[in-house]
Amino acid sequence: MWDWIKIALFGVIALGAALAANWARDLAYQIHALIVMAVAAGLFIWSVRKAGDEKGPVETGYMDGVIRAGVIATTFWGVTGFLVGVWIAFQLAFPQLNFDFLQGYGNFGRMRPLHTSAVIFAFGGNALIATSFYVVQRTSAARLFGGNTAWFVFWGYQLFIVLAATGYLMGSTQSREYAEPEWYVDLWLTVVWVAYLIVFLGTIMKRKEPHIYVANWFFLSFIVTVAMLHVVNNLAIPVSFLGSRSVSVFSGVQDAMTQWWYGHNAVGFFLTAGFLGMMYYFVPKQAEKPVFSYKLSIIHFWALIFLYIWAGPHHLHYTALPDWAGTLGMVFSIVLWMPSWGGMINGLMTLNGAWDKIRTDPIIRMMVISLGFYGMSTFEGPMMSIRAVNSLSHYTDWTIGHVHSGALGWNGMITFSALYFLTPKLWNKQRLYSLTLVSWHFWLATIGIILYAASMWVTGIMEGLMWREVDAQGFLVNSFADTVSAKFPMYVVRGIGGLMYLTGALIMTYNLWMTAFGKKSAAIVTAPAE
Amino acid sequence: MDYHILREIADSWVLLALFVFFMGVIFFAFRPGSRKLHNDAANLPFRHEDAPADSSTSDPEGQS
Repeated sequence: MWDWIKIALFGVIALGAALAANWARDLAYQIHALIVMAVAAGLFIWSVRKAGDEKGPVETGYMDGVIRAGVIATTFWGVTGFLVGVWIAFQLAFPQLNFDFLQGYGNFGRMRPLHTSAVIFAFGGNALIATSFYVVQRTSAARLFGGNTAWFVFWGYQLFIVLAATGYLMGSTQSREYAEPEWYVDLWLTVVWVAYLIVFLGTIMKRKEPHIYVANWFFLSFIVTVAMLHVVNNLAIPVSFLGSRSVSVFSGVQDAMTQWWYGHNAVGFFLTAGFLGMMYYFVPKQAEKPVFSYKLSIIHFWALIFLYIWAGPHHLHYTALPDWAGTLGMVFSIVLWMPSWGGMINGLMTLNGAWDKIRTDPIIRMMVISLGFYGMSTFEGPMMSIRAVNSLSHYTDWTIGHVHSGALGWNGMITFSALYFLTPKLWNKQRLYSLTLVSWHFWLATIGIILYAASMWVTGIMEGLMWREVDAQGFLVNSFADTVSAKFPMYVVRGIGGLMYLTGALIMTYNLWMTAFGKKSAAIVTAPAE
Repeated sequence: MDYHILREIADSWVLLALFVFFMGVIFFAFRPGSRKLHNDAANLPFRHEDAPADSSTSDPEGQS
């Protein structure tokens, strides 16, 4: 019965998408309708061929297929996102790279949201979905809930990424930072995200352990909060059901505040809480020691989620936002130092008594540097949220440097170490193909980040000072173009840093590929359980 | 129900409720007798590495 419903459903969707493509009011909507039509038609044919097939025996082990797919997707989107990032970094240094024949598709303005979404949502999101599925199964001692729903989450999320990315290149954007996709893509993500919540929560509910491990608390808060943020921030009315334009239901300063309430909590719950979930599982596993203090991890969790949600207004100092709201955001940002550093110390101290592993295990080294960057960027962020500091740092490259020391250092490094941990386990191999290559990756990435962050500090503070410099009569000394030309050397250094980071990721891709599919290492012989 | 009423509720009762809840969390984490439970929970990642608890292939020694 379900087979026939599926066939009918895919047929109707393909037909509807074909009609929508025909009547589309703009190019982005038309292309998206064609993509949806192709996907639905493909699924239609696939379901027809599979209809009536004998079902295999019900599987009872862990559901790892979808996690393997997630590891591949994370690696692929990571390299793609870093590549676009390097490209736009050099576009800023050398504007000639905004080629005339690519105007309207491949210029900086179109590529930048592609880069941010590719690294945050495609790379980071796939990493979070894959690791959360891995961790929740192992710590609940239960197979993923909902059967193939997990596959729906995976492929639905990839479709979201493809729609978002192609939309940006064609100018389909609602111009909200980190939430650029238009209304129909947002609706689709909502469906996928609810399915994700059902799979995750269902697995927790059928757990065989009495306790819910702390990593799952972080993952759950990430899923629930992102759902809330996504729905509220994207409240919009489409201009037409056959076009990609929509109008936000908020206006003026309320719109800005909603945007940054979303934006900062995307950092807080997507890039922090979710990745802390990874940290609380993979660091103890790789160190082969339980987390330093479980009590601290509980307080870390509650303090983090209680404080982060208020920090958004610090993005709107010196704007139409009332001062009290800015002060509120600033105070909560500063209080956030405590849980952030508590979490970092908890992660680092897990290595207590096993410090020699930093020397011998490059994956541990990666985790340590990741926690180091977590501590550094959560120190820098509250400092930049102070109104006086913000008056210098806001709108400058310092912000870009801050974001990247968090994203490349903390999120990137903890994801890489999770990928290195997962690949041999998931493909049933004894060990990684090469630890030397992990070391190469580690050093390339670390030096790359340092070049990136240092050049952005220099250029950011420099341009902030140049902007505010006035002469004895009170006239501004520098024109905007002066600051742009003064930044050129730092832009080149930043591009080189990014290139090193990308090279490291390519080395990782090769290493993971050889681990999973290479012939060299022998598979583990699984002994029958006693 | 306008902005000022919401603001007043947020400044008083909601603030108090959140604060009390947070204090409760801290007390709950440090309550006497929680150490054994927390040690058990902290070791969760080291059980059930390869198979769910209800699976016939799992190691009975690995389950607590």
